[in-house]
Amino acid sequence: MAKVTIDGREIELPDGVRINAIEVAKRMGVEIPHYCYHPGLPIVGSCRMCLVEAGNRDAKTGEIRMQPKLVPGCTIPATDGLVLVTTGEKVQQARAMVEEGLLVRHPIDCPICDKAGECSLQDYHFKYGQSARRTDVMPFTSRKRDLGDVTLFIDRCVMCSRCVRFCSEVSGTAELMVANRAAHEEIDVVPGFPLHNELSGNVVDLCPVGALSDKDFSYQQRVWFMRQHTGVCTGCAQGCSIHIEENQDRVYRLKPRENQFVNKWWICNEGRYGYHHIHDAKRLAAPQYRNGGKTTDLDWTGLPEKLTKKLSDAGRLGALFSPFLSVEEAYLLAKLIKGIDPQAILAMGPVPTVGEDKKFPGGFVIAAEKAPNRRGVEEILGYFMHKLLTFDDFLNQMQRTELQGVWVSGGYKGPWIDAATARKFDAIPLLIVQDLFPSPLSEIATYTLPGASFAERDASYMNRYDRLQTSRLAVRPPWGVRAEAGLLWQMSGRKGLYSYRAVLDDLCREVLYFAPAAGPLPDVGLDMKINKLAKSGALAAKMA
Amino acid sequence: MKNDNSKVQWVAPPKLGLLGKSYLMLFLHGLVTAMRHLLFHKSITLQSPDERHAIADPVHYRGVHRLNKDEQGRVKCVACFLCATACPAHCIDIVAEESPWPDREKYPKVFNIDELRCIFCGMCEQACPVEAIELTSFYDLTGASREEMIFDKEKLLSVFDQTKDREPMPSKRVISATTGVAAGGQA
Repeated sequence: MAKVTIDGREIELPDGVRINAIEVAKRMGVEIPHYCYHPGLPIVGSCRMCLVEAGNRDAKTGEIRMQPKLVPGCTIPATDGLVLVTTGEKVQQARAMVEEGLLVRHPIDCPICDKAGECSLQDYHFKYGQSARRTDVMPFTSRKRDLGDVTLFIDRCVMCSRCVRFCSEVSGTAELMVANRAAHEEIDVVPGFPLHNELSGNVVDLCPVGALSDKDFSYQQRVWFMRQHTGVCTGCAQGCSIHIEENQDRVYRLKPRENQFVNKWWICNEGRYGYHHIHDAKRLAAPQYRNGGKTTDLDWTGLPEKLTKKLSDAGRLGALFSPFLSVEEAYLLAKLIKGIDPQAILAMGPVPTVGEDKKFPGGFVIAAEKAPNRRGVEEILGYFMHKLLTFDDFLNQMQRTELQGVWVSGGYKGPWIDAATARKFDAIPLLIVQDLFPSPLSEIATYTLPGASFAERDASYMNRYDRLQTSRLAVRPPWGVRAEAGLLWQMSGRKGLYSYRAVLDDLCREVLYFAPAAGPLPDVGLDMKINKLAKSGALAAKMA
Repeated sequence: MKNDNSKVQWVAPPKLGLLGKSYLMLFLHGLVTAMRHLLFHKSITLQSPDERHAIADPVHYRGVHRLNKDEQGRVKCVACFLCATACPAHCIDIVAEESPWPDREKYPKVFNIDELRCIFCGMCEQACPVEAIELTSFYDLTGASREEMIFDKEKLLSVFDQTKDREPMPSKRVISATTGVAAGGQA
């Protein structure tokens, strides 16, 4: 056990915890400002912002010996007897000097800098800097350079080299480098080899100042206007934790949310920029009814009750569950269809797969399976059907058993069904399709219902490692769109507004597999494999 | 309870006599004032809109907004959104775009002010780091519809063209040494 003293207060670290002074201080609620240090990157100790007074307490005599010079906190390992002083005059002076040095050649164009409001340089200046500027450099416009996926504002850079280390250690592509020396140092790429990799968006998050700018987000919105919502990326089966940042029902960017169990600090570009379909003008906008060749736009008033009645009158039912459905929606839909027709055929929709899993040197993985909740839907279908049916099984059974009514849930971000496959549904008298975008199937459906995107609902997804995470509603769906969850809630005859927690509670009570999710879910999600552990534990106990 | 501190001086209103209690003198005093105003003062009621208010200092008046132009006739605004941030009525709507000019990072593609929402507090003017947005002395703005009252960038720039001579930008103002009032320079 290591005992560390910070500003006179003591903290005990358990054995085996290997962290540095900045992290220890963070655990105690003491902030040691830093630019170049990042927990996910190798330590260089170059920015000198984290300078603190450090010393050691003699274990026997209890005497404290301080080192004569200030030491960068990021390079001090938290060992037994470590003593830190982070508030002294010496430290304050050092921080002010670093701030002043960084600002000597800074353009101070905060009003037009996209980072303003979440910029470390700005924040630390107000906290630790001097109020007066002693240089006679007036604010100027920063030079900029296109690095490939991102734009570099050369003069805003503080040379922390986080982006360089990210490219060499985490993405393993090493496009970025530090060119020139001393005051002429610049981030640059080798001519002809631009920054272009699948994780390049992360360097913008890593940049503590406004030097690296996201081409997708730049000039779009000031950061203080946006609200942050807890979300889960639906781009692939990894289910990375994200923040959805929105202003007035428009999503402006997605950012990684730290989750050591899934994505650490990163997300891939595919996930990061995979929100544009939310505001696509081609989205289905109103429920439609088709009779023969005639299409009429419908109103939502009374429609859920009417759909329930139509399904009840139809006869043999079938339902296709998209892997984009949340566990709540899959449960509500399965319960609804099975409640009407206990013989109903429930099957998994097509699971989109592109290429192979991609693993990066830093441990980050992009899954080939491009759907967020295959595992969750599988478990629910497994409970209701006892045998998991794939899309092909469903098509075969559909022709054999002459289904009278079929509910198809879509929610795919792109085209998912071709015209030839869609034609197999022609014979179904009652075909209800809920989807984001028009497809060959929605063109022939009796009822076409517009569905909601991932940012427009409270939804829990289970990733391919059986981690259940909840993504919260960030923006309201467009006019005319009702989220699957709310619609199914109403069709099931439940009263009031949709509550994902209430559905999840019912699910936990009914389906044993989901029992561990009975309590509140932590932000990092819940590993549902705990079930299997319990099962194997019981087995082991029986054998012993 | 009386405080026995010797430094505290106790005062009481003077006792009124019979004349004072009747308030007759005060009544007469007031009557004289009213008659003086009635007989000798010029009426200050204006027959608006035929007659117009004389605005003492147009530079300080807070009326309709304008977007200032620089020497080359370009919009001065750099689309920093600070006016929209400061605005307590949320009436400013900006869409920024990368600027086509080398000396500027970005500029407003769209700049809308909802003049019906605006409370004319002048916070936008104070927040602006490049003196791009200002309030002019136009005070009687009318429109036939709500849409018409949402002033876009072109309209706000045209307000500048109409008012630039009468109300120069702060950096062009010549402050009179004797009166302290800003006099017109060339915008």
